[in-house]
Amino acid sequence: MAAHWEHYSHPADIGIRGFGATKEEAFAQAALALTAIVADLEMVVPKEEVKISCQEQDDEFLFVSWLNALIYEMATRRMLFSRFEVRIDKPAVKPQAKYLSTSLETGLAPQFIAGSPRFTQDLSARVFGEKIDVKKHTPAVEVKAATYTDLKVGQSKNGDWVVQCIVDV
Amino acid sequence: MYADKLKRHGECQWHIEPFDGMRVPVIIFADEKLIKDMDEKVFEQAVNVAKLPGIVKASYAMPDAHWGYGFPIGGVAGFDAEQGGVVSAGGVGFDISCGVRALRTGLTVGDIEPQKNRLADLLARRIPAGVGSRGKLKLSRREMDDMLVGGAHWAVERGYGTAADLEHTEEHGRMTGAEPRYVSDQAKKRQEDEVGTLGSGNHYLEVQKVTEIYDAACAEAFGLHQDDILVSIHCGSRGLGHQIGTDFLSRMLKEARSHGIELPERELACAPIKSELGRQYIGAMNCGMNCAIANRQVLTHLIRGVFAEIWPRSNLALLYDVSHNTCKVEEHVVDGKAKKLYVHRKGATRAFGPGYTLLPADLKAVGQPVLIGGTMGTASYVLVGTEENMSLSLGSCCHGAGRAMSRTQATKKWQGRDVIRTLAEQGIIIRGASVRGVAEEAPGAYKDVDEVVEATERAELARKVAKLEPTVCVKG
Repeated sequence: MAAHWEHYSHPADIGIRGFGATKEEAFAQAALALTAIVADLEMVVPKEEVKISCQEQDDEFLFVSWLNALIYEMATRRMLFSRFEVRIDKPAVKPQAKYLSTSLETGLAPQFIAGSPRFTQDLSARVFGEKIDVKKHTPAVEVKAATYTDLKVGQSKNGDWVVQCIVDV
Repeated sequence: MYADKLKRHGECQWHIEPFDGMRVPVIIFADEKLIKDMDEKVFEQAVNVAKLPGIVKASYAMPDAHWGYGFPIGGVAGFDAEQGGVVSAGGVGFDISCGVRALRTGLTVGDIEPQKNRLADLLARRIPAGVGSRGKLKLSRREMDDMLVGGAHWAVERGYGTAADLEHTEEHGRMTGAEPRYVSDQAKKRQEDEVGTLGSGNHYLEVQKVTEIYDAACAEAFGLHQDDILVSIHCGSRGLGHQIGTDFLSRMLKEARSHGIELPERELACAPIKSELGRQYIGAMNCGMNCAIANRQVLTHLIRGVFAEIWPRSNLALLYDVSHNTCKVEEHVVDGKAKKLYVHRKGATRAFGPGYTLLPADLKAVGQPVLIGGTMGTASYVLVGTEENMSLSLGSCCHGAGRAMSRTQATKKWQGRDVIRTLAEQGIIIRGASVRGVAEEAPGAYKDVDEVVEATERAELARKVAKLEPTVCVKG
């Protein structure tokens, strides 16, 4: 499946979902979905670079941190972003016990075997966009925060990465 | 699964008795139609809240309840710190102290009609609203901390309001116990450009006309008459509040297990009130509340400027300012004894009755005004709190119509331009940057506010005083 993003329904706010061959690609697609909540992606020129980094132990927290870091930059720089180069550094030491990643088909939550060492993932990204121009971008709504509601980071049966959560607007 | 556990208790009350780890029952206020249409997630979330440590009396849901984050929107719960009670960042939400204030203008429909377009244009120009807008005040870090401690007092001291404004605001316009040192630099940075801004989404500024009076004596006390023009603002703590929510939700989630708390849902992330994290959140949350009421006070000043320009003799007096995403320390009777409770109201409004000590002299005899925001096409309401409600729902009430469908569904169903045109045909002028934003906020995307308010009154949570219909809406 080609990398892509989508929005999905939530009674009060909005769900974002990113698909990619890698976790990084899915994270980047979800970021596109985030921008698309506010404005038409085609109208956002990726001309100015901002660097973002965050660290979390598990995939799901990392995804929420990534989105919240983006939201922070969008708010404080008054920018919209339309291109994302995401890198997630894998741990140098492999964990001793088994880590079962989330399966969207079965809906299993990540299972950490008791006593297994936790590891920190480092996300670093270059994101590209431009200052908000209200006339050009006609922003629809402001993003307040990424939430932990409906939060899923995992691989589907064919190995594609899928990430999603509800965003509070 | 939960719907069949609902048992009717009287006209507009439904209970779910404790089962499976619930410490208290769930009590939902709604009529038959509202409960039938209520989504199952409301019941599930209210049940989850009922399992949290230190909850007392019940986990409540208001007639406009719908699926929220951890707490249902329209959820109310009180916690006793002495019983290991918790404070929940999810239970307050990302828009800390989002609320409504209504201003009387001294003008009538006859005064406004000939100048409506001019008024709409001037409001849209002078009130910063929407993504990318900038507040007119630029605060240093020191001034920001002063604002976070002083709330509306800070704004009034700087000339953005009057002592009467403070008297007609909950908590007299300032939450004590605000600790700016627990508010992150990121939150303050986010607020730098946003002081005195309206926001977007379901936030609005509305010029409204009084179209119906239900309680003449109360309306008189509130200074409301048929055809009066009011201005209402609906907005919250802006970027600062959102960032406080983000920061603390993450910390509470990670630390929950160390406090022995099993979270049924992540967004219920909480910490014991008596823990260091709980204390820090309360300190930061009170800053968020002060930020919201300062924000609404600054907006009031800007609105007064607009009206003075068109009608030099207009006098915009504050009816009241209520907040609906809060956790406040209140005294309530639990098992016959007065107890200090931390009362979370998520998308729910306080509705205290006559005699409440913090009400100003002109309102004390009748009770607290409760401002219920409707949609731009329908109506808003002014209600009044009742004495009885203290024992029904910790003195709480709905906050608005509540959404009936998602934003994605709304944009599929309606075109923003058509919504604007239809509303214009009804004499309602909209000013807002985005047609998609207007479609997402289409009146049809919300529950029937008339029905919600009827059920609220039948459940004896509050009484109807007046109905307000929009004539001008400014949205972000």
